[in-house]
Amino acid sequence: MPEILDQARTQVLGDGVGLDQAGVLAVLNLPDEHLPAALQLAHDVRMRWCGPEVEVEGIVSLKTGGCPEDCHFCSQSGLFTSPVRSVWLDIPSLVEAAKQTAATGATEFCIVAAVRGPDARLMKQMREGVAAIKAAVDIQVAASLGMLSKEQVDDLVDMGVHRYNHNLETCRSYFPNVVTTHSWEERWETLRMVRDSGMEVCCGGILGLGETVEQRAEFAAQLAELNPHEVPLNFLNPRPGTPLGDRPVVEGKDALRAIAAFRLAMPRTILRYAGGREITLGDLGTRDGLLGGINAVIVGNYLTTLGRPATADLELLDELKMPVKALSATL
Amino acid sequence: MTTTELWCDRCGEPATATAHPACASARQLEPPRFCPHCRRRMKVQVLPVGWSAVCVEHGEIRG
Ligand code: SF4
Ligand SMILES: [Zn+2]
Ligand SMILES: [Zn+2]
Repeated sequence: MPEILDQARTQVLGDGVGLDQAGVLAVLNLPDEHLPAALQLAHDVRMRWCGPEVEVEGIVSLKTGGCPEDCHFCSQSGLFTSPVRSVWLDIPSLVEAAKQTAATGATEFCIVAAVRGPDARLMKQMREGVAAIKAAVDIQVAASLGMLSKEQVDDLVDMGVHRYNHNLETCRSYFPNVVTTHSWEERWETLRMVRDSGMEVCCGGILGLGETVEQRAEFAAQLAELNPHEVPLNFLNPRPGTPLGDRPVVEGKDALRAIAAFRLAMPRTILRYAGGREITLGDLGTRDGLLGGINAVIVGNYLTTLGRPATADLELLDELKMPVKALSATL
Repeated sequence: MTTTELWCDRCGEPATATAHPACASARQLEPPRFCPHCRRRMKVQVLPVGWSAVCVEHGEIRG
């Protein structure tokens, strides 16, 4: 057994204390033959510190495309030649999407908008949309609307939004290579305000943007410092027309190493499969990740791309004897 | 593919029977982006279940 896994067994599994940056890096650098042991340990950590439940979430795009920012992975930036056009979702369709999500057994419904931050029109749409969902569907509402002012944070709390997603996307040292229209620190500031408001913080990122393994470890350590309630883990799905459109997808084994390493850095967080798992891991890898530290999934489609049918994930969870977290357990 | 589908609905380039295997494969996990009849970029809304795509000239398709 490699030394780092022995150390993690005592420190993370035994004491619930996450690995630091050097420890995460050692896990990310483990040779293939030790990957199964790393995944098993990450799974044990997840079972001990989070339990067997899996949190299921659906997401929907309230405002798609036409974003003024230049995140190089994103097909919704208006600054690239991506074929994604700007479109708004009306409130009846938003409520319908929440109903479809709840019908899968999901407890979380996240409303997302492709914006730098919300304007008055978007906040009004959110207020009406969240109220309409709460009147019609039993589901917790989360939001992802970019960078917020303090007033907007307070407004979202007032609407009953219980969790806010704002991804740091990548580590601080690599961020300027991926985004030039705003800074990592600006994102951090929104996250700080969200946490101070009492909303749950959801913050993750995307692997495969061209960051080094060292920078992946740096990112895990920075997330651990933030200590989010949830960490969504995406793998780059290279989008036509974006600056990262020709990048290779992350190797399945590297994705699994990252899942184990992020779990060992953050033993108690909700570690969610988000976008890109279908192309990076496929069906077999999806299962390996759920047995290697992941304890939450996005079911159904994403914002501009499609996922596998919710039933495929739910059948897999059933087979793995992992109960879907119930709404009563989250309130 | 029918004869009226002149354009690849993923990349917007001229459609021929076998020319776009990468697009066809990618389309399993993506909605269409270009109208196959006129090549206009469509307004596409992805939903948790399904999607809709609207061409201003040729109307809406759903999947
Ligand atoms: S801010 Fe969000 S929607 Fe806008 S380009 Fe960046 S990732 Fe895309
Ligand atoms: Zn094509
Ligand atoms: Zn058309």
